[in-house]
Amino acid sequence: MVRRAWRIMRGWRWPGVLSRILAAVVGGYALGALVAIACALLLPFARSEAVITGMMLSFAAYAGAVLWAFAARSAWRAWAGLLLPALLLAAASWVGRPA
Amino acid sequence: MKQGFRQCMAWLHTWAGLIPGWILFAVFLTGTASYYRGEISAWMRPDLRFEGSAPEATTLAVRELQRIAPDAVSWLIGVPTAADPLIRLYWRPKQERRFRDAILDPATGRVAERGESKGGEFFYRFHFELHLPPIWGRWIVGACAMAMLVAILSGVITHRRIFADFFTFRPGKAAGRSWLDAHNALAVLALPYHLVITYTGLITLMTMYMPWGVQLAYKGNQQAFLAEALAFTAPPRPAGQPAPLTDMAPLLATALERWPEAGVRRISVQWPGDANATIILSRGDGPELAIRRRELVFAGSSGELRDATGRDAPAVLTAGTALRLHFGRFEGPVLRGLFLLSGLAGTAMVGTGLVLWAAKRAPKGAARRGFGLRLVEALNMGTVFGLPLAMLGFFWANRLLPAALPLRAEWEIRVFFALWLLAYLHAALRPGRRGWAEQAGVAALLGLLLPVLNLLTTHHHLGVTLPAGDWLLAGMDLGLAGFGLAFALAALKLWRAPQRAAVPLGRMRAEGA
Repeated sequence: MVRRAWRIMRGWRWPGVLSRILAAVVGGYALGALVAIACALLLPFARSEAVITGMMLSFAAYAGAVLWAFAARSAWRAWAGLLLPALLLAAASWVGRPA
Repeated sequence: MKQGFRQCMAWLHTWAGLIPGWILFAVFLTGTASYYRGEISAWMRPDLRFEGSAPEATTLAVRELQRIAPDAVSWLIGVPTAADPLIRLYWRPKQERRFRDAILDPATGRVAERGESKGGEFFYRFHFELHLPPIWGRWIVGACAMAMLVAILSGVITHRRIFADFFTFRPGKAAGRSWLDAHNALAVLALPYHLVITYTGLITLMTMYMPWGVQLAYKGNQQAFLAEALAFTAPPRPAGQPAPLTDMAPLLATALERWPEAGVRRISVQWPGDANATIILSRGDGPELAIRRRELVFAGSSGELRDATGRDAPAVLTAGTALRLHFGRFEGPVLRGLFLLSGLAGTAMVGTGLVLWAAKRAPKGAARRGFGLRLVEALNMGTVFGLPLAMLGFFWANRLLPAALPLRAEWEIRVFFALWLLAYLHAALRPGRRGWAEQAGVAALLGLLLPVLNLLTTHHHLGVTLPAGDWLLAGMDLGLAGFGLAFALAALKLWRAPQRAAVPLGRMRAEGA
């Protein structure tokens, strides 16, 4: 099965795979960080509680992002699927930031 | 598309598992050893075990710290427990950035000078710092833990027959198939453990890995964050006036009254010789699931209770639960034994995964192996058998190095790394079954003969510890010999079994991973 998968991946060509790896490692971390920030700024908890909640959830978001980066049909979709929630989280954090 | 998705996940599982795999194996194995770090330390310094009460230990510790470090910026005393029976002293002299540490000899009341050893602390630090500068080690281990999390999730997705494979083991089948079964069984058997231990491992260092919430919500002020999260207060600045330190015994009595079950695990003193000295008693582990950080803060000169810190807010308790699950600091021997077995299952899961990768790609018959495959095979042997061999060698070094050797603790570590390096060299020079058998044989000898070495070099051998019912030291000896026995069985099996022509897995109907 892995061998068959390997053949399919070779069909993706290396630039695509490298782009996905970059999306997974860097984009995934960025998304995790934005989840941590959005929780810290937006959750209606005490400030420290919101920060801790965000930190704990960020790794789940990171892992989910990595899976997505390799599951998406193309490298472009992988990036788009990470950028969209990242922009939403960033915008929400900016709008809802404490004065 | 569904089939394609599963294949992508199989690819991800293969590479997210292989590339950090050797580090993950070492992190898993040293982490598993760390469940018994107190016992390992006690085994390595058997003459220094303290069996008295916490107040007695504290009195001894304070007296000695007052002698060796009266002007230190801070003191830290590790109060002994049944599972970690050494009195640990840490102090930070002025103009130094790092703490110095020593173990108190309860017989003399002085810092132990001979037989210096890092003990279980070495495996514990290696588990998350890899003996590198802490920043580097922690980030590398964090990245590997993240890859582990991805490998677990993608492995579960890949694994279509997760329930059926739990009961499937086809030993002695073609190369690859038995390894696949073993890998699946070990992974599924302890899947909740693997998932929880990986995620909670990330949580232990989350303020380092994900500092962005603190950066924005607290403008990067980590102290302010901790103060708010755990209701800590910063101790006062030194007054510059000398003043004697109050007697600790009544303070400990106050703490033990509050925490009758958990007790006091750590005592820290800020500016011990100063009029503004602060004494902080930290609570030990209670019977509850979460680690709840609690401190009693006393004025150092008057002994007046200033503050009781710690909060039970939901997120703090959740994080505390995660930490407790990761550290596995539970009282009962059965629960700790289960953690040990799960940790070994995790180690073996990573190990079988690594071996499986190579077994699947091994060419048939005498065909030439590529460089990549040979490299992976050598790294596999030197890690999967070489690391436990080196760890057992660390125990040998502890007994064989002269007690008065300068930098003795450092030499123990050098022996460990030298043995590990030798294992990699040996793996490169003796690839294949014979090499594995030889390394298993050496590990078996190191493990099985350890009780004998103990008999020859100490008064704490099985002939003494077993009749006395001293299960801490006897358990260490028997457990380590047990690992030796396991390696002996592995060596015999590897030595006897003939070289079988490997059937490449691609020929079989693909199942599972």
